[in-house]
Amino acid sequence: MNVHGVWALYKYEMARAARTVWQSLVTPVITTVLYFVVFGSAIGSRMEDIGTVDYGAFIVPGLIMLSLLTQSISNASFGIYFPKFSGTVYEILSAPMSPIETVIGYVGAAATKSIILGLIILATATFFVDLRIEHPFVMVLFLVLTAVTFSLFGFIIGIWADGFEQLSFIPMLIVTPLTFLGGAFYSIRMLPEPWESISLANPVVYLVSGFRWSFYGEGDVPVVWSLGITALFLAVCLGAVIWIFRTGYRLKE
Amino acid sequence: MAAVVSIENLSKTYDGGVKALDSVDLEIEQGEIFALLGPNGAGKTTLISAVCGIVVPTGGTVTVAGHDIIREYKKTRGAIGLVPQEISTDMFETVMATVRFSRGLFGKPKNDAYLEELLKDLSLWDKKDAQIRELSGGMKRRVMIAKALSHEPDILFLDEPTAGVDVELRRGMWRLVRRLNDKGTTIILTTHYIEEAEEMADRVGVIQGGRIVIVDRTDAIMRQLGKRQLSLTLAEKLDAVPAALCGWDLELADEGHQLVYTFDANDEDTGIPRLLRAMDEAGIGFTDLDTSKSSLEEIFVDLVHRENGTQAQGEGA
Ligand SMILES: Nc1ncnc2c1ncn2[C@@H]1O[C@H](COP(=O)(O)OP(=O)(O)O)[C@@H](O)[C@H]1O
Ligand SMILES: [Mg+2]
Repeated sequence: MNVHGVWALYKYEMARAARTVWQSLVTPVITTVLYFVVFGSAIGSRMEDIGTVDYGAFIVPGLIMLSLLTQSISNASFGIYFPKFSGTVYEILSAPMSPIETVIGYVGAAATKSIILGLIILATATFFVDLRIEHPFVMVLFLVLTAVTFSLFGFIIGIWADGFEQLSFIPMLIVTPLTFLGGAFYSIRMLPEPWESISLANPVVYLVSGFRWSFYGEGDVPVVWSLGITALFLAVCLGAVIWIFRTGYRLKE
Repeated sequence: MAAVVSIENLSKTYDGGVKALDSVDLEIEQGEIFALLGPNGAGKTTLISAVCGIVVPTGGTVTVAGHDIIREYKKTRGAIGLVPQEISTDMFETVMATVRFSRGLFGKPKNDAYLEELLKDLSLWDKKDAQIRELSGGMKRRVMIAKALSHEPDILFLDEPTAGVDVELRRGMWRLVRRLNDKGTTIILTTHYIEEAEEMADRVGVIQGGRIVIVDRTDAIMRQLGKRQLSLTLAEKLDAVPAALCGWDLELADEGHQLVYTFDANDEDTGIPRLLRAMDEAGIGFTDLDTSKSSLEEIFVDLVHRENGTQAQGEGA
């Protein structure tokens, strides 16, 4: 195991984020605060509680998930796309790094950054709403699993992408809509049929539901389903990454 | 001398169908400076990239210090430092940060004392906290070398270290390469300047169209330069070179129908007029004559043209 190599990649990626701290932390936090002001305070005060939870508090897990998903993907995809684009990837390819070690460095750093961001948003939320976290360990487990899974997903996008448009394409066109439709701002039980059933095909529903369960003990679907779907997606992404390195797909000629 | 890099039957066909390497066999000896000389597109970068793990070969094997580059890639890559043809590194990083990164990436524990010595040796120490984008072109190139040497490799690959670089910087680069070699680092550099190969290398390999055309000691290669051939189509077939013509470097070809004279175009006296007179006296007639450059000479002529072209550009810039 090339521990020094993994650590060097990890530190490099963290340092890169520190150089662009505004972009990586401040922007998502401001965006989230805006959501709280609009949905939590302005609209939320006119909304009924959902289950036993006040609407402002209800949207907190969904908002954290929204940032976690988009930031994990963009951190990890930029992390690997940029060396490809600038040519510096030669050094990583010529280094005594196994595929797994390279992935641990990049994905570890991307996941760390989005977990930090998630915690900052959580802390910000406490200024706006009364939060309770009934299952803190499960909460942390979801936070870590989701960050790692979507960082892996972002890593795959970064390797696949040929241009900057493609980097923002999947987050914008797929992930954001799925998150908005995934019950971040409402319970899918509030939807009329067939929309409630159709929503169950959206993987983000399970993430948001499971994460919300860890806060309030209630979710749209049983929490084991949420864990199962997250683990499944993690396995799929891992498989894809291993295949990429085996074949050298889009990394090596 | 022991071979430290051993390349056998190495081939590479790119996805687009370009055959960049065609069954290359090559051995690099421990401690030598080896120049891979060839025109643009000859396959120099592809060869280096295959050895370093950046390009996946389509055939053949490579061993570095006895280890296979695919099966034991960690060992082989750890022993190699690579300076790529293009300057490519994160321009916003500082010099010290980037060499620390490279050292770690190649699996070596932190050793700032070594890196200090390295940066001093490359006259980069006073720039250690500068961002790379702030440095001059020559310094950026030295940063690339510092990155490649940060993990104390035994073998250093330099891909066209002096392409597009002015004469002064080129001399400086040569001195640096020699110093590294004196410390025991095996050096493999690619170039399309004959002058550079002649000046620097213990041995030269000439590559063209993905094939190694010739590998030899530098002086032997240089002696072959300027060799020309005069082919005389004989009126009557000969079975052997007549004794009367033993003073010339002659060979029979085309089953005795041709007499081939190899001479040095740079000599003041090529010996051709005397040869023709001697043949006349010996009663050997010929119906046609033709001179040609050796295939090596052709490549070098091509190289010289390119060299003049790029030099003119370099000096204009
Ligand atoms: N990534 C690539 N994809 C397709 N063809 C390539 C690629 N890189 C190089 N080639 C082709 O392979 C041949 C050898 O290129 P290269 O190794 O870069 O030569 P050199 O370094 O001697 O100039 C050239 O014909 C070049 O066009
Ligand atoms: Mg090249």
